[in-house]
Amino acid sequence: MSTTQQLQDFVTQVRRDILRQVHQVNSGHPGGSLGCAEFFSVLYQEIMNYSKDFDMDGKNEDLFFLSNGHISPVFYSVLARSGFFPVEELQTFRKIDSRLQGHPTTHEGLPGVRIASGSLGQGLSVAIGAATAKKLNNDHSIVYTLHGDGELQEGQNWEAIMYAAANHVDNLIATVDYNKKQIDGSTDDVLALGDLKAKFEAFGWSVLELKEGNDIEAIQATLSLAKSQTGNLKPIVILMETEMGHGVDFMMGTHAWHGKAPNDVQLESALSQNPETLGDY
Amino acid sequence: MKTYTNSGNIDTRSGFGAGLEVLGQQNENVVALCADLTGSLKMDAFKANHPERFFQVGIAEANMIGIAAGLTIGGKIPFTGTFANFSTGRVYDQIRQSVAYSGKNVKICASHAGLTLGEDGATHQILEDIGLMKMLPGMTVINTCDYNQTKAATIAIAEHDGPVYLRFGRPKVANFTPDDQNFEIGKAVQLTEGKDVSIIATGHLVWEALEAAKALNEAGISAEVINIHTIKPLDEDAILKSVAKTKCVVTAEEHNFLGGLGESVARTLTQNHPVPQEFVATEDTFGESGTPAQLMEKYGLNAAAIIEKAKAVIARK
Repeated sequence: MSTTQQLQDFVTQVRRDILRQVHQVNSGHPGGSLGCAEFFSVLYQEIMNYSKDFDMDGKNEDLFFLSNGHISPVFYSVLARSGFFPVEELQTFRKIDSRLQGHPTTHEGLPGVRIASGSLGQGLSVAIGAATAKKLNNDHSIVYTLHGDGELQEGQNWEAIMYAAANHVDNLIATVDYNKKQIDGSTDDVLALGDLKAKFEAFGWSVLELKEGNDIEAIQATLSLAKSQTGNLKPIVILMETEMGHGVDFMMGTHAWHGKAPNDVQLESALSQNPETLGDY
Repeated sequence: MKTYTNSGNIDTRSGFGAGLEVLGQQNENVVALCADLTGSLKMDAFKANHPERFFQVGIAEANMIGIAAGLTIGGKIPFTGTFANFSTGRVYDQIRQSVAYSGKNVKICASHAGLTLGEDGATHQILEDIGLMKMLPGMTVINTCDYNQTKAATIAIAEHDGPVYLRFGRPKVANFTPDDQNFEIGKAVQLTEGKDVSIIATGHLVWEALEAAKALNEAGISAEVINIHTIKPLDEDAILKSVAKTKCVVTAEEHNFLGGLGESVARTLTQNHPVPQEFVATEDTFGESGTPAQLMEKYGLNAAAIIEKAKAVIARK
């Protein structure tokens, strides 16, 4: 177990990694990545049981599937700093001949990635399949996922949500990055999601609300609670309220940084708010 | 000329069902998923005998493809079953990203392909699926010709590590290939020897090609019939060997000429050994309601059409 300060140091370094990756290639998605830095860090540092010696089948390991693949910078940073591949490889993000493609893929063999994602709405179905394989294999590990809230506008999610409840896929913990923003603006303006909690409950899921989605201890508590609720015949979803761009003052509270990289001056300001902790790549 | 005997009309989809049941008994990693068409896909025996490995997903094909991709993570070999239209066009992006690009070992098994679905009409008669699937990097594309071959192919693809599209159909058709055949992915089967024209056919058109060859033979024309059950990877050697002798080709398929077997053969010929080619295929059109025989006649996909094209292509030599 890490202390909260150790986790905070990890998160701060992940933020630096995110900012430096997208700045270097002047592309990528910093907003959602920054908002989920605490979630990824807690999940990989404290919650999941996994082997750093990556095996695609992951038998008797917890698995994670990133459905909203555009927040690859935070995924790559946390995978690297959790030991899946060298941290130095982060400097190849989005460059030619890299395993760190713009959106995550198995195609280049990057350890830690089990499915391609980027075209939205497909990750929950894949996770249900993997969770079902675990049941067939008598493997009692847990499958975790992350989805964007705007991503729930894709209809395939609701096919999967219906299926998981009807078939008691109760070794699955899905988390929705509920930052209420997407490319064209607020989710309310683009296509209102309505009462997500009521919708998931109506579909037969257990719903946990995490109001402090950028608070390490709150995330730990909620993920631990979710873990304790697996095996109860119901799939579990965490509605995790995060702040897009969290940790960088001029990126917070706006959707403007969904898919835009900072310039040199902006990078300097952003990094100064997140001092180096574990060593830059 | 070598002749073939129809051991009795039976549907290719029943060959799939029979092959799947054999796999159910032989390989505990084989699992099956269906989108509310268990009876139509002849998956009842697998469902009855291996209920813990059968997943009814309801009318939700996108979710079915995703679940299938996920099941491979953990070592399962998923076979999905629905109509060809809902197996491909409806879920193209799911197949592209979660199966093909992700390199997942999913077997996409598609019945009711082409015009011979019949009376349901064009909404269900996909004539573009071979093209859609063969364009995906890493995807193997198979279109079997009869019950025995479909059963053998179903069993064979479980041993192949990688995504496969297996296409078959609804109507009862001639069953003429051996019941003990060794199905080799990517390996063409030469059915008759000939010197005047190569007839390269796939799926339901293979039997029609044999019927055409018989009639051509009686008219003094010697036709070499090749059954291409695997459209990708294409057995280019078999095709080139045949045209080296015959110097002309008719391709025959229950599919649009755009994107089908004929185009793949044309590319092989253009690059290696250009010779005249005629296409028995639909001409960039949708289908319509009717009996399978009426539709195949109207859209020029039968023995008579092959005979006509064979004579035309020989005249172009």
